[in-house]
Formats: sequence, C-alpha cells, structure tokens
Amino acid sequence: MIDFTAMILTVGPELWLVAIALIGVLVGATLKDRFNSVSIKFGALALFAAAAFSLMNYEGGEAFNGLVRTNTFVNFAKFVSYVLAGFALLTSEGFLKRHGTIRYEYSLLILLASFGMGMILSAADLMTLYMGVETLSLSSYVLAAFHRDSAKASEAGLKYFVLGALASGMLLYGASLVYGFSGSTEYAVIAAADPSIGMMFGMVLMIVGLAFKVSAAPMHIWTPDVYEGAPTPVVAFFASAPKMASMVVFANVMFTMFGDVIDQWQLIICIIAGLSMIVGSLGALTQTNIKRLLGYSSIANMGYALVAVAAGPELGAGPLLVFLTLYVIASLGLFMGVLAMRRKGGMVEGINELGGLMRKRPVLAIALSILIFSMAGLPPFGGFFGKWEVLSAGVEAGLMPVVIILVLASVVSLGYYLRLIKIMWFDEPTERFEAVDGPVTITVLLAALIAGILFLFFISALSGWAGTAALGLAG
Amino acid sequence: MGGFPILSAMTFLPLAGALIIMLVRAATAGSRDASSSDTEGRTALLAGLIISGATFIASLAAFGAFDASQSGYQLVEQYSWYRNISYKMGIDGLSISLILLTTFLIPICLLASWNSIHKRVTEYVVAFLVLETFIIGVFTAMDLVLFYIFFEAGLIPMFLIIGIWGGKDKIYAAFKFFLYTLIGSLLMLVAVVYMYQVAGGSDFEILEKYSFDPNVQTWLWLAFMASFAVKLPMWPVHTWLPDAHVQAPTAGSVLLAGILLKMGGYGFLRFSLPMFPDASHMFQPMMFALAVIAIVYTSLVAWRQTDMKKLIAYSSVAHMGFVTLGVFAFNEAGVQGAIFQMLSHGLISAALFLIVGVVYDRMHTREISAYGGLVHRMPVYATFFMLFTMANVGLPGTSGFIGEILTMVGGFQASTWAAFGAALGVIFSAVYMLTLYRRTVFGKITNPDLNTIKDMNRIEWICIAPLAILTILFGVAPNLIFNITEGSALRILNLMAGG
Repeated sequence: MIDFTAMILTVGPELWLVAIALIGVLVGATLKDRFNSVSIKFGALALFAAAAFSLMNYEGGEAFNGLVRTNTFVNFAKFVSYVLAGFALLTSEGFLKRHGTIRYEYSLLILLASFGMGMILSAADLMTLYMGVETLSLSSYVLAAFHRDSAKASEAGLKYFVLGALASGMLLYGASLVYGFSGSTEYAVIAAADPSIGMMFGMVLMIVGLAFKVSAAPMHIWTPDVYEGAPTPVVAFFASAPKMASMVVFANVMFTMFGDVIDQWQLIICIIAGLSMIVGSLGALTQTNIKRLLGYSSIANMGYALVAVAAGPELGAGPLLVFLTLYVIASLGLFMGVLAMRRKGGMVEGINELGGLMRKRPVLAIALSILIFSMAGLPPFGGFFGKWEVLSAGVEAGLMPVVIILVLASVVSLGYYLRLIKIMWFDEPTERFEAVDGPVTITVLLAALIAGILFLFFISALSGWAGTAALGLAG
Repeated sequence: MGGFPILSAMTFLPLAGALIIMLVRAATAGSRDASSSDTEGRTALLAGLIISGATFIASLAAFGAFDASQSGYQLVEQYSWYRNISYKMGIDGLSISLILLTTFLIPICLLASWNSIHKRVTEYVVAFLVLETFIIGVFTAMDLVLFYIFFEAGLIPMFLIIGIWGGKDKIYAAFKFFLYTLIGSLLMLVAVVYMYQVAGGSDFEILEKYSFDPNVQTWLWLAFMASFAVKLPMWPVHTWLPDAHVQAPTAGSVLLAGILLKMGGYGFLRFSLPMFPDASHMFQPMMFALAVIAIVYTSLVAWRQTDMKKLIAYSSVAHMGFVTLGVFAFNEAGVQGAIFQMLSHGLISAALFLIVGVVYDRMHTREISAYGGLVHRMPVYATFFMLFTMANVGLPGTSGFIGEILTMVGGFQASTWAAFGAALGVIFSAVYMLTLYRRTVFGKITNPDLNTIKDMNRIEWICIAPLAILTILFGVAPNLIFNITEGSALRILNLMAGG
C-alpha cells in the first residue's frame, strides 16, 4: 500500500513539477505558438510554487519504500535551487524572443531539469540517484543545444552530451560496483556495509562521475566550451540552480553513504578541490570571453565548495550551504549582466565590450561590481562570509594545505575579477548597450543587493538556517 | 554601554553621506548637460567637505567623551552579530589619535582636490567618503573579524582612486597595490580563522587574555606580519608604494602616506605585541634588521630619485622604519615614540605630498630637474616647503624630531646597533631632503615656464597651514599627544609582559 501523504510530503515539489511539465506538453500541443511566451511565466510560477512547497515539509520524510528520503539539508538546497531556476527562466524571455527561439519546449525542459534536480536531492537509493542525474543531464544537453541553428550551440550540446554520457557511465559503473559489494542500492544499507576494496573502487568511480557534474577539475574540460557555446539564459541556469543541487548531492552522497570512511575519500576530494582552484583561477586569467571567464571562475568556486565537502559532515555541511547559496545568487546575477550586453548588432561577449560601463550605465555597473567583489570574497560583501565559512571548516578539519591553496587561488582570481572592474570603471566608454529587459534588471539588482549587501545583516540568520539544516544529515 | 553610539555614528556618517550624494546624483541625472558637469562636481565636493567636516566634529565629540587617564577600551558598543563574532567598537588612546588624524586629513584631501580633479568628481567624493568609513572602522573595531572586514574593504575605494584619477601608469600601480596588499591580508585571514576557532571568539579582549601556544604563535605572528609589513610598508615588500604614490592623485597620496600606512603600525601594536608576545620577542632581531635596512637603504634610494613624489614615497618607507624600530623595542619610549612618529609622519608626509601637488597642478611634471629657483616666484611656498623639509629631516622644534629621537632612545635600550643604524638614516634623510629642496627652490630659474608660475592660492593655504601649525605645536608640546597615548602604550606593554 502506498502512503500517499508521505509521498506528497517527501517528493511533493517534484511530483508537482513533473505534473506541470506534462500539462504544459498538452497545453502546448493545443495552443501551439500562442503558448510560447506564456509558458515562461507559467513555468517560473510553477518553480516558485515548488520552492514554497519544499519548505512546507522542511523536516522531510521517506517514501517509495526508501527510494527517496529528504531532510533539512536537501530541502534547503531544493528551496534555493528552485527559486534560482525560477529566476533563470523568468529572465530568459527577452533573449529568446530576440533570437526567435522562444518555444514552450524551453520552459518545459527547464521544468524537467528542475525535476531531475529535485530527484537527485531527494534520492536515498542509487537507482533514484542515477535516474535523477539522467533526467537533469538529458534536459541539460538539449537546453545547451537549444539554438539548433547556431554551430556553437550545437557543438556545445554535443560536447556536453558525449562527455556527460561518459561521466554518467562512470557514475553508473561505480554505483553497480558499490551495489555488488554491499548487496543493496539503498544509501542506508551501503553506509552500514563493510567497506571492502571493491566498494571503494565503486566510490572513486562515483566521485569521478559526480565531479564531472559539478565541473570540478580534472573533469572540468567541458565547462568553458559549454558556457561559451550555449545560449546565455541557459548558461545562467546551468551556473546557478543545478550547480547548487549537484554540489549538495555530491556532499550528500559522500556524507550519508560514505560518511564512516571519510579517511578514504578526504584526500581525493582535497586533491580535486585543490586542482579545481588552481585550474579555474589560472585558466580564467587569460580569457577574453566573459562567459568562458565565468566558466573558469565557476570551476574555481566549485573547488572552494569542495573544501567544505572534504571537511566532513559535521564541520562542512553548514558552511557548504552558506557558500553555495551566496555563490549561486552572485553567479546568476553576473549572467544577468552578460544578458545585458546587447548592442544593435546583437549580443556581445568580449570582456572589453564592458568598457566604461560605469559612465554609461552606472547602476548596472555598480551592481555588477558588487557581485564581482562578492564572488571574489572581498569584504564587506556577502561572498566574504561564504569564503569565511569554508575557510573555518577547512581550518577546523585540519586541511591546512588545501586552505593555503584556497587563499592563494583567491589572490590569483582577483587578477581577473579586478580586470573586469578595471574595464568597467577605468576604460574609456564603448558604445552604449541597448535597454535591458525588466526582469533581467530586477534580477541583477536583487542579486547584488542580496548576495552583496543584505547578507551582511542576515548572515547570522543564513548561517543559523544552514547550520540547522546540516543537522538533518545526522538524523 | 548604553547611551548614544557615538563611535558607530562617527564611523558610518561618511558612508551615509556617500549614499546620499549618489542618490542625489542619480535623481538629478536627467537634468544634467555637459556644461553643468563642473558645477555638479563643485557641489559634490562641497557636500563631501561638509560631511567629512561633520565627521571631524563627531570624532572631536568622541575625543571629548574619551577619558585619557584610563588605559582600557572606552565608549564600547557591542552587539552580537554572527556566530561568536560581535559588532564591537571601542577606542583607546592609540586608536583615537589615529582616528583624529584620519578625520582631520580627509577634509584637507577633498579641499586639495578642488582645483586638480575635474573628471568624475561625484564618484571621487563618494570614493573618499566610503574610504573614510573603512579607515575609521579599522581603528574603532574591537573584534578581529570586524577589523579584518574594514581593513580589506578599504582596498576597493583606494583601488578605484588610483585607477580612475591616477597618472599614466595608473592601472599597473592600482593592480600592484591591490594584489600586494591582498596576498598579505589573505594570509592574515587564515590566522584570523585559526585564532577565532582556538580562542572561541574574535573579541580583542578575549584574544588578549588567551595565551597561544608558542609554536603556533610563530606562524600566527608571521601571517599577521605578512599583512602589516606590506601595509606599513617594510623592506623588501615596499615596492608597491612608490608606484602607487607616483600614480595616485595628490589627495590619494596624502591619504595613502598619511593614514593607510599607519594601519600597519597600528596592527603591530594592536595584535602582534599583545597577542603573540613570545613570537614578537623571537622575531625582534629580524624586525630590527629589517627596520634598519628600510631606513638606510630606502634613504639612499630616495637620494637618487628624479621624481619628487617618488622621493617622498621612499622617505615614507624610511620613516616607517622608525615606527618598526620603536614598536619592537618593547619599552615605553619606543612604543610611545612609534605612535608619535606615526602621527607626526601623517602630518608631514601629507603636507609634503600637498606641496608637490601645488607645483604639479601648475607645471604638470614632478621631475625635479624641471624646477629650480622657485623661491624667486613663490616665496610663501618656499617657506612652507622649508618648514616641512626640516620637519621631515627631524629638526628639533618640529614633530618629526620627537618621533625620531624617542624611537631611537627606545631602540637604543633594546639594541645599540639598531639605534646606530637608524641614526645613520637621520643623516641620510637630511641629505636627500636638502638636496631636493636646493634643486627645486634655490638657484636660478632655468626652466622658462617657471617665469609665470604663481604662488600658493587661498585653497592651498587653507590646506597646508593647519598641518604646519600642528607640526610645530606637537614639536614644541609633545605631551599633548603623549598624555593621550600613554595609557594604551603602557597597557600594550603590560599585556606583553603577561599582565
């Protein structure tokens, strides 16, 4: 007998999203092109509702005989991811319209990808995890190539697909090894099983697969190309909601399934973290395309987040949530800045196109500068506290070498963040950008205000929520 | 506790003013045209002057409420903020004297920009006011994390000031300034995180009471030193300073030399000595050596400079060497002398940069060889220049003398050789300063452009005269300052001795 209440309470937001997506297919088939523009608002509303839904049973529960299990840790991530996905969808309308690619499938794909995000977050079983990962990935591949007439977008989609399929294969192979040696696909049973050498092999392969999904080095190669090639609103989505979800899933898998054998994987995660920080910050230094630059910067930031993962569940879970929340909001905000880089001839992406933005659009320039400084982790902006939390976790866990790498990588990363500031503030103005869409402006201002400044006042509350949410892991 | 939060009000008054200026500008953006941009700039400068003047008055009020006979932190405001970090502000004799220097110099900086800054004036004023908040915050913060936030946040407005209104290599100088300072501060951040975790809080009073393990102290001390040595700056990490000074606009140099460098000395006194006494003792010889090298080497370098601003920048490094010497003498004369030297150098170097600015605004060159014979055309200017040249050399009767003699007395008690080396620096400072003075002010007018140069105007008078008065006043009556700082100097030494 299926317990419907438990089901609704546990994966209610996901069931809601998939239902909405299916209704969207039917409505789209009936209304055809008339649905295109409406579907954006329709989808965004559904995502915001899902975010609210995930708060309703924040404590979480279990359903489908243990296939899914939620707790405060994942529900926190669900909430943030859904809200950001909603904003990413809402702000894409103008861009898609101008490129003549506004089709209702876009919204539905975002909804399905978000459904996948929710499923991997709720997963308490390898089967659910894998299916969620595939739902998210397959929707993402299509989204990356959504501008099917553009060679770059198709290339990005194909590259993402081929490499992503390889990573999924690794993940699946790892999962099957873990299953084979522990005798179960359930997280709880695996956690209790004897950590044999075969299972550790499986774990390492799973780490490889998951590292690909969060774009951590050395599985990062796809990131700059996909970020450059895919349509900007899609990248804004990739860089925010799924980043948060995938990283929390990464942590969740390591903490709940392999929490007892932390000494087996801590070093691996540290190495991945260190490599990501080095590759990301050095790689971004020479980029001239803003989307590629942000791609490399996201690799470095995932490295910072992995330091919190390496610190282990007790020390790292809360800081991870704080860091990711501040990072993904800033990241979404910066991509809104990229969406605003529009001239008569179309979108521009060179960082020099931002020249003298301070003179032409001071409000946008100040908002972007706050976001950039916040992402660089400079006080007094919000991002500093994300870095502070991660550093605290790393120091407390005694991971000094990787903490030093973090600090040095931050200095290097300032090299390219400051270059953006320099271009916006010091350089001579280039031609003025076209007017910005309303939702984009609002989102960039909100992101700058929230991630940049308001968290100075709310950081205590945020870290409190994250800390309480992290307790859900133990329970 | 309780009562009006005068310190917070003083700290955030400039920031609030900056926001108002920005909002007013945004509101009037539609009604502007090209011809009115200059009047808009003057209005912004005037508003900035009023706000920074009000901040100066607020700091005087805080000084009035401050009781110099007590040695601990006063006027404390504390609110819990985030985990074990609290928003805690307070002042002692050391911080109030540096705060007064800050609030006194900022209006002068803005006034000095009246005729020299013509582009993006509103942003300029906003940057200065924001920077003022961060600087005052550094000196009032009584929580290590809060201190760190203010300390590092100050980099952003200074980066913009150098980068937007600087000279021709401004971008290079701005990046160098930012990255040099940042790498030091981030190493300090790791130490801050560690201290916060080990001591269970970042309140100064908790950290002062906590005794760190001597081995750990070494590392913590080095991390803090990385930050303060760059900021002070000490040899060999001083190379960002000449670049930043030369490229920054006059007011930026004034601020940099007058106040920002003092944060390094403040940091040593506030953290390194009381919190890591064992490590401080261990590194004393190294610090003496670095101080002496800074004094002698940079004095010699200053001698060979052809750019006036660069010369004064190197002289700043040398004078900051005296501060290091005094701080690490670990005795009352040394510490008092170091504090005095910081204040006195704040006045003198600020005045010297203003004086260079006066001729730079007229001639647009800082090359020493382009000048000569200024005394014939600018007698008043020559008089002021003479006064500050002598003050920089350390002539008795000026504040420069008191600072140098006391730090050397303190240093002499700790190490004869260090004091000997520092004394050499005094001689060298006379060499380079008098050479500069002779080549620019005396002699015949060789550059024909100088024949029409005008003497100081009223605004320049108003900027430089107060500095001259204070330089002489503190030189004649140094107790005015010693009475304020004595309590905190003794307290720092007490904490160091384990009391």
